[in-house]
Amino acid sequence: MSFTFTEDQRLLAESADRFVENEYDFSARREAMALDGGFSRETWNTFAELGWLALPLPGDCDGLGGSTVDVAVLLESLGRGLVVEPYQSAIVLGAGCVTTAGSTEQRRRILPAVAAGEHLLALAHVEPRSRYALAHVETAASRDGSGWRLEGAKAVVHNAETADTLVVSARSAGATTDRDGITLFLVDRDAAGVSLRSYPTVDGLQASEVTLDGVTVGDEAVLGEVEDGLSAIEAVVDRACVLLCAEAAGAMDAAVRLTTAYLKERRQFGVPIGSFQSLQHRAVDMLGAQQFARALMYRAAGVIDGADPLERARAASAAKVEAGRAGRLVGQEAVQLHGGMGMTDEMAIGHYFKRLSTIDAQFGNTDHHVRRFAALA
Amino acid sequence: MELVLTPDEQAFRDEVRGFLESAVSDEIRRKTMTGYRLSREEHVAWQKQLYERGWIAPGWPVEYGGTGWTPMQKHLFEEECALAGAPPVIAFGVVMVAPVLMAFGSSWQKEYYLPRILRSDDWWCQGYSEPGSGSDLASLQTRAELNGDHYLVNGQKTWTSLAQHANRMFCLVRTSSEGKRQEGISFLLIDMDQPGVTVRPIRTIDGSTEINDVFLEDVRVPVHDLVGEENRGWTYAKYLLGHERTGIAAVGRSKSQLRRLRQISSVEMSDGRPLLEDERFREKIAGLEIDLLALEALVLRVLSDETAGKGPGPEASFLKIRGTRLQQGITELLFEAVGNYAHPYIPEAMQTGWNEDPVGPEHAAAIAPHYFNWRKASIYGGSNEIQKNIIAKAVLGL
Ligand SMILES: Cc1cc2nc3c(=O)[nH]c(=O)nc-3n(C[C@H](O)[C@H](O)[C@H](O)COP(=O)(O)OP(=O)(O)OC[C@H]3O[C@@H](n4cnc5c(N)ncnc54)[C@H](O)[C@@H]3O)c2cc1C
Ligand SMILES: Cc1cc2nc3c(=O)[nH]c(=O)nc-3n(C[C@H](O)[C@H](O)[C@H](O)COP(=O)(O)OP(=O)(O)OC[C@H]3O[C@@H](n4cnc5c(N)ncnc54)[C@H](O)[C@@H]3O)c2cc1C
Repeated sequence: MSFTFTEDQRLLAESADRFVENEYDFSARREAMALDGGFSRETWNTFAELGWLALPLPGDCDGLGGSTVDVAVLLESLGRGLVVEPYQSAIVLGAGCVTTAGSTEQRRRILPAVAAGEHLLALAHVEPRSRYALAHVETAASRDGSGWRLEGAKAVVHNAETADTLVVSARSAGATTDRDGITLFLVDRDAAGVSLRSYPTVDGLQASEVTLDGVTVGDEAVLGEVEDGLSAIEAVVDRACVLLCAEAAGAMDAAVRLTTAYLKERRQFGVPIGSFQSLQHRAVDMLGAQQFARALMYRAAGVIDGADPLERARAASAAKVEAGRAGRLVGQEAVQLHGGMGMTDEMAIGHYFKRLSTIDAQFGNTDHHVRRFAALA
Repeated sequence: MELVLTPDEQAFRDEVRGFLESAVSDEIRRKTMTGYRLSREEHVAWQKQLYERGWIAPGWPVEYGGTGWTPMQKHLFEEECALAGAPPVIAFGVVMVAPVLMAFGSSWQKEYYLPRILRSDDWWCQGYSEPGSGSDLASLQTRAELNGDHYLVNGQKTWTSLAQHANRMFCLVRTSSEGKRQEGISFLLIDMDQPGVTVRPIRTIDGSTEINDVFLEDVRVPVHDLVGEENRGWTYAKYLLGHERTGIAAVGRSKSQLRRLRQISSVEMSDGRPLLEDERFREKIAGLEIDLLALEALVLRVLSDETAGKGPGPEASFLKIRGTRLQQGITELLFEAVGNYAHPYIPEAMQTGWNEDPVGPEHAAAIAPHYFNWRKASIYGGSNEIQKNIIAKAVLGL
């Protein structure tokens, strides 16, 4: 396991940081959020041109075959800017499922268009009653002539509205929480029977409740093996957890920096508030939390490619717990140390707090992953 | 650990319960319990109902319209109101400015303002903080100059809660720049319905606009609206802040929110069973319940000291710190409880008259905004850091 970045990773971090610094300030983010679909297509094209969309995709599909550490480097930088473009949804989750489970034909058909920024994916897996249990799938897939018929509901599907294709999990056999019996399908977002109720999320992203009402698809829409979808979902979600932690590491870094700058600039009692030792210690604790969470995240990113499922799950859960705790501390303290200013929508700092909060609430919060880690021991 | 009540106290509580059962409508109960916003009219209507029952100002002496209740009765009343989902009484009039007027106001001020406060004829707001003067309140810059029979006030106040509803502001202004900073501050009562007053909303991270900038430009304040003596305002302001801190503990409200947390976690399912049966989560709730018991015990102590004639001392700062931490702790667990449905942001759902189907369970809609919004509690009313400074200095002598 290596703890230093390669030259390529260093260059990637530099270029992504430069992008955030020069082209993604807080007002640019706001403008992107206000666009149709909640992000900028232009920025997405830039990501494609820079090769960021191709980064984790396989080499035989116009991808660069990058490792999880490579993607973590990119997402840490994007996290600093609270980038709203759907990298997690389209690339990490959506393209992740196609890469992990898809046939050669499916990968070759879909992934080059994804790399070019021309095709967007989203993962519709979580359900209204599933909470964080990945095996909990109520959506039903039944045989319909030579194809399948899908019936059910999916919850908080990020970026569904702008996706061309949804990766939908459905149960073709077994009981609601059985590990076996889940099948993945590629479903056109526009297919008859697919309806969306879309809304913004509290952290400035976009999501939808997705209803599948007698959606029919052919056999060619099945992604991976029938009834064996969960292992792919688990692999993809574990990686997504680590990459959410990467985003969190970047967001925490920015929050610590903004807070430190504010402590130096804001004066009360005739002195900068940063001269109060009680606040210095709080800022130090924030920095410490960020550093441990970042270190564990890169450690997890370094082991999960090629790890067995048990090792992968423990690495992902540990990173998610550390990032969850650190994110809460950093987010809350960042607001507190800004006083009233921290409560305003106008300042960036509160938005870091919100994003750090929702990262914890996605794919299992701290409690969930502590429990999972303990159960895997 | 229930409070042990005497038969009289039990009878009192039943009487309060009976009143609240019929007085609080289902609509209002639903809104306050789920954290939706009430309109100005809804607040005022509720306060008028309390006024008519004679219960709007339990903290006041009887001669001014108080209830003459014991501390335990006051405590029970607050608790029952919160548990019944009654709207909170807006503190600025009844709880904050009124005690100052009683202690330091002129007889005209008492006769004119106190009945209007009881009847909710005026909506007050608190004009203390300024952009450059938050924790260091004594550095405030808003100036008032005496000009015949009135003061002319110029400056800016900020973070002013609910100023958009207010027609009156109690305000700290600088009337002298000589000597110690604290000794040049005066306490004015300002009529907000005049051209020099501009209220501009500030959007907060939860998407709401409950706080404001208030710009004061050549605002006229008749001399009879100066409270007490010129340049003695700091003393009055501190008197008021002491009162604010016991109120901020909000034991009843936290009890009611903890009850809600239990209820929500008994219907939120986690791995096939109610979240409430999850050991980790249940223990976290228990931790908060114990915090609440300790808070309540100290509140009752401070309240009985008050009846014994001792005003709230610096220990009241502990109530503020513990009370707000508890409130925030509850909002955190609520956020955890709703899982994925912490994500959707549907502000319309929190407004009156919205009747579409909720996204996810109805109880989830306001929870994330509420968690974000409640970070304010450790900042306002003197931040929790400032409270600790007060205790270190005034109690420990450091
Ligand atoms: C078990 C043990 C082993 C030790 N071994 C060694 C050793 O091998 N070599 C060696 O040189 N020393 C050693 N020390 C001594 C140690 O370095 C001192 O105890 C320490 O520096 C604190 O100094 P002090 O005891 O004089 O306490 P003080 O400096 O008087 O401090 C008292 C308290 O005030 C706090 N404090 C002091 N200044 C500040 C400040 N500016 N800001 C905030 N808080 C402050 C301290 O944290 C402490 O809680 C040892 C101490 C212990 C207990
Ligand atoms: C939602 C909300 C509603 C409010 N409503 C009102 C209102 O109605 N009327 C009104 O007048 N004001 C109101 N306030 C203002 C509130 O009282 C101030 O925000 C508060 O006093 C802190 O001041 P500040 O925001 O300027 O922060 P600052 O004073 O700049 O403080 C920034 C940080 O530094 C810390 N700090 C400052 N000095 C010290 C010190 N000496 N030692 C250690 N730490 C320190 C603070 O605790 C805080 O964490 C409201 C604020 C909020 C957020």
